[in-house]
Amino acid sequence: MAAVDVESLTITYGRVTAVDDLSFRAEAGEVTCVLGPNGAGKTSTVEALEGLRRPASGRMSVVGLDPRADHRALTRRMGVMLQEGGIHPAVRVREALRHAAALYRNPLDPRALVERLGLTGLEGRPCRQLSGGEQRRIALALALVGRPQVAFLDEPTAGVDPAGRQVIRQVIADLRGEGVTVLLTTHDLDEAERVADRVVIVVAGRLVAAGTVEELTRTSGADANVRFRATAGLDTGSLSGHLGGPEVQEVAPGDYLVAAAPTPSVVAAITGWLAEHDQPLADLRAGRQRLEDVYLRLTAVAPGARAADRLPGDAGPEPSPPDEDEPAPAARAAEPEPSPPDEDPPVPGGGSGDDTRDDGEGGAGDDDDRGGGGGG
Amino acid sequence: MRALAAQLRLELALVARNGESLLLTIGIPVAVLVFFSLVDVLPIDGEAVEFLAPGTLAMAVLATAFTNLAISTGFDRSYGVLKRLGTTPLGRPRLVAAKALAVLVVIVVQVVVIGLTALALGWEPDVEPVPLAGAVFLAIAAFTGMALVVAGRLRALAALAVANAAFVALLLLSGMVFPLDELPSGLRAGARSLPSTALTDAARGALTAGADVPGRVWPVLAVWAIASLALAIALFRWEPSD
Repeated sequence: MAAVDVESLTITYGRVTAVDDLSFRAEAGEVTCVLGPNGAGKTSTVEALEGLRRPASGRMSVVGLDPRADHRALTRRMGVMLQEGGIHPAVRVREALRHAAALYRNPLDPRALVERLGLTGLEGRPCRQLSGGEQRRIALALALVGRPQVAFLDEPTAGVDPAGRQVIRQVIADLRGEGVTVLLTTHDLDEAERVADRVVIVVAGRLVAAGTVEELTRTSGADANVRFRATAGLDTGSLSGHLGGPEVQEVAPGDYLVAAAPTPSVVAAITGWLAEHDQPLADLRAGRQRLEDVYLRLTAVAPGARAADRLPGDAGPEPSPPDEDEPAPAARAAEPEPSPPDEDPPVPGGGSGDDTRDDGEGGAGDDDDRGGGGGG
Repeated sequence: MRALAAQLRLELALVARNGESLLLTIGIPVAVLVFFSLVDVLPIDGEAVEFLAPGTLAMAVLATAFTNLAISTGFDRSYGVLKRLGTTPLGRPRLVAAKALAVLVVIVVQVVVIGLTALALGWEPDVEPVPLAGAVFLAIAAFTGMALVVAGRLRALAALAVANAAFVALLLLSGMVFPLDELPSGLRAGARSLPSTALTDAARGALTAGADVPGRVWPVLAVWAIASLALAIALFRWEPSD
């Protein structure tokens, strides 16, 4: 049985539909990555699975439990890392971990967790003095201290420096090794490709693709192509003619897509044409696509179909709570550097003037006034 | 039990570590008690400390169960702490219980500190423990409900402002520091229907020799307790506001 089973999940905030008839599964002991642009409904979905949000309709099961009806039982078996915050800034690292450990029956040793997450030496520090990346690692530690069977990690590496990301990815890999089911959200494609067994791509609240990274990136004969990078603004018509007629597109400045099977002769013809025009070749890729290619193709098409469903004046209150501060996904696909920003949204008004986020005010961007809270 | 104890310990550690909380809950009531007991400016017959000790005790209960609770819960909510704890086995009922117990513990400390200070200033109380405890209990319920309405709906900084403003207003309108008779008559009637006034009157009646707890305080306290808790349950939001 799947550890997480979502069937026809729909979540609405007032008249806005954040998650629209979404179904997917996360298998036990696997890392499943919910991928999508900002505002796709990733956080709403995960929070519904955590029992924090009441769906408008649909069925969910997490390790065989109903997130709301069996919430008490579920809390003992899940670990939750919220998209942001969750920790009092005046609480010391050691204190936060000991406190969290005391909430579970058979917790991990907080000292061992501190070491595992590379937080040694910070135990006596109040959380407000930690960097953003260190705070994310504490939040991860708090999610894991109760030995969860399933871990929900909402953008675990957002705003974390490369070394910190490495630590977090290693911890996620270890969790899989221990048989823990991990459901994580991200809009970082590179991360999804590295850590996920399975990817669920959600756009505008709807499922657009699901499968293993291998399945999603496998190139079928029909859409075989060659991609290369060179100087921007090459004469694609001339190249197409040189190759004997396949479509050649400059999908982003300096990024070319040739709709031809990557046979040695096609590759040779491309490089030959470049040599003729004295153009340096920056990068050439044939055969298997990257997850990024798949993602950009899917996210570029899907939202167009949804545009009509959006409410007029949708720019203000947005359909999905915290991860909604970006232009529509369709707009992104054309950007030269598609890897989405993974910084947290700016936090207005930093309380005590130090550079860490000790305030939590304002940045939360949650959905109180849309009736999300309340119940339970 | 272990989870509740851990939460209570953390709540108390945060109060003890927070300078503003200590100033509000202990510093201000003690300073008012000492200052006005020693500086004879209040329009009171007899020893000022006899009037001020019950008044500052009531002030202390208001500071802890309303102002401080509203501010700290408002920030807990904005930090996402309440939201995260909702996903742990602690659960919301035990979280609320831990907060209530923390309020009680702080009030016990305040009573000891203010009581000893007043005794040192020559206070000679005549304690009626049952009505006193009953009035304090009802007042805590009323103030807690008011605090949670403020903390559960407003953004943290707005909750901070409202809680402080209401504290000053209630302090002045409840006869804690000077007698209600000094207020204009129009204001006096309204002031008598406040829970803080009822608590102050009850404390003064239960602690002063030759005085009784006036019967009118009970309906006032009971109505406020029920209404504010009901409102808090209806309005409270666990997640951060924008």
